Amino acid sequence: MTPPAIPPTPPPRRRTEFLDRGSYRQRRLRDAARLMPVLGAVLMALPLMWPRDRPDQSLTSSGIIYLFGLWAILVVLAFVLSRLLRYGAAAAPGGDAER
Amino acid sequence: MGRRVLLIEDEPNIIEAISYILSRDGWTVHTHADGETAMDKVHQGVPDLVILDVMLPGRSGYDILRDLRAEAATAHVPVMMLTARGQAKDRELAEALGVTRFMTKPFSNAEVLETVRALAAP
Amino acid sequence: MISFNLLIAVSLAYVAFLFAVAFAAERRAAQGKTAWLRSSAIYTLSLSIYCTAWTFYGAVGYAARSGLEYLTIYLGPTLVMIGWWGLVRKLVRIGRTQRLTSIADLISSRFGKSTGLGVLVTALAIVGTTPYIALQLQSVTQAMGVFAANSGEVWGPSDLNRSAMWVAMGLAVFTLIFGTRNLDAHERHHGIVLAIAVEAVVKLFALLAVGIFVVWGVAGGLGPTRALIDASAQAQWAPMPSRWIGLIFVSAAAFLCLPRMFQVLVVENADERVLSTASWAFPTYLLLMSLFVVPIAVVGLDLMPAGANPDLFVVTLPLREGRDGLAILSFLGGFSSATSMVIVATLALATMVSNHIVAPSWLNARMPGAVVSGDVRRVVVMSRRISITAILGLGYIYFRVSGGGEALAAIGLVSFTGVMQVLPAMIGGVFWRGANRWGAVAGISIGFAVWAWTQFLPSFGVDAMLSQAVFERGPFGLSWLRPHALFGIEGIDPLVHATVWSMMLNAGAFVLVSVLTFPNPLERLQGAQFVNVYEYSSGARAWSHSAAQAEDMLVMAQRILGSSEAQALFRAEAAAQGKSGLLPDVTPDFLSHLERELSGSVGAATAHAMIAQLTEGAMVSVDDLIAVADEAAQIMEYSSQLEAKSAEQERTARALREANEKLTAVSIQKDAFLSQISHELRTPMTSIRSFSDILRDGEVDDTARRRFAGIIHDETNRLTRLLDDLLDLGVLESGQVQLNIGEGRLSDVLDRAVMASGIDPARVRIERTPAHEGVTLRTDLERLTQVFINLISNAAKYCAAEKPRLRIKVRQTQGATEVDFCDNGAGIPPEFESMVFEKFSRLEDQGKAGGAGLGLAISRQIMTALGGDITYLPGQGGAGFRVSLPAAAAAPAP
Repeated sequence: MTPPAIPPTPPPRRRTEFLDRGSYRQRRLRDAARLMPVLGAVLMALPLMWPRDRPDQSLTSSGIIYLFGLWAILVVLAFVLSRLLRYGAAAAPGGDAER
Repeated sequence: MGRRVLLIEDEPNIIEAISYILSRDGWTVHTHADGETAMDKVHQGVPDLVILDVMLPGRSGYDILRDLRAEAATAHVPVMMLTARGQAKDRELAEALGVTRFMTKPFSNAEVLETVRALAAP
Repeated sequence: MISFNLLIAVSLAYVAFLFAVAFAAERRAAQGKTAWLRSSAIYTLSLSIYCTAWTFYGAVGYAARSGLEYLTIYLGPTLVMIGWWGLVRKLVRIGRTQRLTSIADLISSRFGKSTGLGVLVTALAIVGTTPYIALQLQSVTQAMGVFAANSGEVWGPSDLNRSAMWVAMGLAVFTLIFGTRNLDAHERHHGIVLAIAVEAVVKLFALLAVGIFVVWGVAGGLGPTRALIDASAQAQWAPMPSRWIGLIFVSAAAFLCLPRMFQVLVVENADERVLSTASWAFPTYLLLMSLFVVPIAVVGLDLMPAGANPDLFVVTLPLREGRDGLAILSFLGGFSSATSMVIVATLALATMVSNHIVAPSWLNARMPGAVVSGDVRRVVVMSRRISITAILGLGYIYFRVSGGGEALAAIGLVSFTGVMQVLPAMIGGVFWRGANRWGAVAGISIGFAVWAWTQFLPSFGVDAMLSQAVFERGPFGLSWLRPHALFGIEGIDPLVHATVWSMMLNAGAFVLVSVLTFPNPLERLQGAQFVNVYEYSSGARAWSHSAAQAEDMLVMAQRILGSSEAQALFRAEAAAQGKSGLLPDVTPDFLSHLERELSGSVGAATAHAMIAQLTEGAMVSVDDLIAVADEAAQIMEYSSQLEAKSAEQERTARALREANEKLTAVSIQKDAFLSQISHELRTPMTSIRSFSDILRDGEVDDTARRRFAGIIHDETNRLTRLLDDLLDLGVLESGQVQLNIGEGRLSDVLDRAVMASGIDPARVRIERTPAHEGVTLRTDLERLTQVFINLISNAAKYCAAEKPRLRIKVRQTQGATEVDFCDNGAGIPPEFESMVFEKFSRLEDQGKAGGAGLGLAISRQIMTALGGDITYLPGQGGAGFRVSLPAAAAAPAP
């Protein structure tokens, strides 16, 4: 038995230094998506630094307004990002992984 | 009686088509559908022209062509080969083995008739 | 005033409704209609099992006691979901490519398919989850107690216990029915997922209804509600920073690590794309669930008598206001929260117990060398059923033993910090290739121990598990081991104390031990597959010059060449490139060098395919090749241990030779493919063209004209058939085939196939055993008939016996129905056996009966699509083919 001739190995594909605008935008959006929890965590910790020296302040109701407002903003940002991220294209260049 | 053509081919419908057009033109057509025993058929009476299919059961058309060219009695017989594969390397191989004419399926009847008339003319 | 019986009747009706929903979903799924079951809405709703009765009843109690701190429990998962792109997406992708069944499976398979780690994580999960199940039973029974008291009955502890037992039994029945119905590789349970999605809607609706009623119906609008909040005991909000941040971290970690969350988040996920919707929809769900918690708590504190349990405000407030319907709705919401959590948690734990404890020990207990056959499946199903019952029993016993009192209320966070101990191994395993088994074992064990000592045991209260003396002076007088002041650092909040120490020691041990020890090859391979899951699973891997690539090659080469040879080869290559260490740049020269070295061991075609796989991504999957290499390496290792030329070695050599031959033959065939298509198309075209020329010329008599037209007609049909076959094959191969699932009897399918194959019963005798054919099938009957027709007409065409005979035998085996077709012809020569299912692989060049050699290739594709298989059966005294149908497709006739 003779093994088949081994085809010449293809030349290495080089990492491209410059992306077109669409791919560039996708990459920055993915960066943003990864940073979302960091942003959220920092903003959620913010009320810890609120001044608490006056006893007549009722911080609970302000806290409710702040935290739920922040929550709603995070939801809207996540919604916008989920629309902008081209999921299939991003997950697998040249076809989705699903066969 | 017309001149003898031996058709070695295993597709019944193609046999019938070629037999019909050649008979109508006045040729005597003998047919054989098996590669293994094709040379025996040739020995029974050397034809004036052999039409040979490439893919045959038992033995390929190339092997038969090689045998035809190797024997003194048949070395000069014109051989027209038919193939449905039609790749350049098939033609090259046939030409290296001494084929007279190489033809790709599907063919037109006129083409076959002309070739047979040209090759097997008395 | 509602009667207690009405409540029971409504609850039972609700349960019956859930059963119906689950049954309907399973039915739809069995018919292949799963698209809507996989929708992002269902997925998002199924995630809501995060909100248990602890949320539904407990959040209000939590807010009544500690103000806004309850929000941390929902902010953590919000952060995880809005950051889905980084972590959750990767977990889901790994879950699908590795076919993970549980979080224990994730840890075990990442670290070299370690059984020990699977057991460890399972144990941790059981200890962490059982109290939580008990908590759910408690919530439901307490709420029932409220209604009982409301209708004038006085419930003692025995009544509570009795109702808890009924609830536990009902849940066991539900989980048994829908959790072990189908045991497929994906562990997806459509019935359960749909039922918990319905429950998710009910609990959200109920809590919102109570909230709206309390704000606008009782308090009198937003302004007065705010005034009530400002006037309440919780008006001041002074969170302890360490606790605020610590709790957000704990809840985020628990969201990822809780067995039930992993089940719905990863295991039940059939399509990654739903994540992008869940990323904002699930935080929205959490937001809505949390929205009215503080108002309900504040209004409850204002209106209810002092000493009323704030954990039950959600039910007691509507009852006090005389809103019985709302109270029942609220009860159903709490009931939904509790039951959905218990069902999924039990299912997830039972999967872990049966896969990581029962099945391995059962396999080990068997006689060595005994054949492992289909009965493993029965053992798995049985062990899963027993596990479900046992886990619910355990939850019930815990409920009884703990007395069902206040002690349980704090268990939510204790449970969270417990299961969180898997986090370092999980995150490390997914992002760090250097993480290894010993590190994971060390980290999880230490974390588990620290958690048990600083949080779990103290949670039972002073003098329950640990004595007062231990709390004050430490065990055996070792004061640095005091449960709430490890290493003598005092004054930290106990929860923060336990979280910080357990996470720090856990992660520290994990990293340190991983750095200091060496992983085995399987671990390295799994590590690469997990960490680089996107490249492995995308199928279009870019050939980059990364060190990771070189490492993959080293891993593979070590398996084939042996580690010292492979390392020497790589080191020499790296040195030649002017680099130090083991990993050279992946250059074309190096690749062909490596390929040559490998081909010395496994044959050129195999070596080439392996290299091509790692550099470009080819048709054969990496797993397949690595599995071949791994098996080969194992056999080689075993043989060299024997230090003799054993039968094993020959077997290895033969296995590798066969693989090589097949790859060679396939690649040659691929070259021949176009040429073959050309031949198959041109042959009928030749006849058609020739005869149509003749007819056009005229001068043909009537009989001949009719005959020639007939030939043209037949050849046109042949051409059409061939094109149909090619298209059919194309569709099947691309996996886009639409199955038309129906029900029918095997005997009818066979009858139809025999009839349609049009064979002459006088020429070919067909022997059947009708007694065995009474099997009901649920599959695409037309496609199956097509396969049978192919096999029957093949036998008629190629069986060269004097008196051709075809025997059709039906056999029921574990998990499959097998239909054998054996003729008494010459059979298939051994050298062609591996090729019969390839395209155009006719034994002779000529199409004897007009077939193009696509029949068996199509049959195989069809059987794959139907979830079954078709194989060649050698040694049957003729050609034999076996068609296997999966058990899901076949059931014995009643």
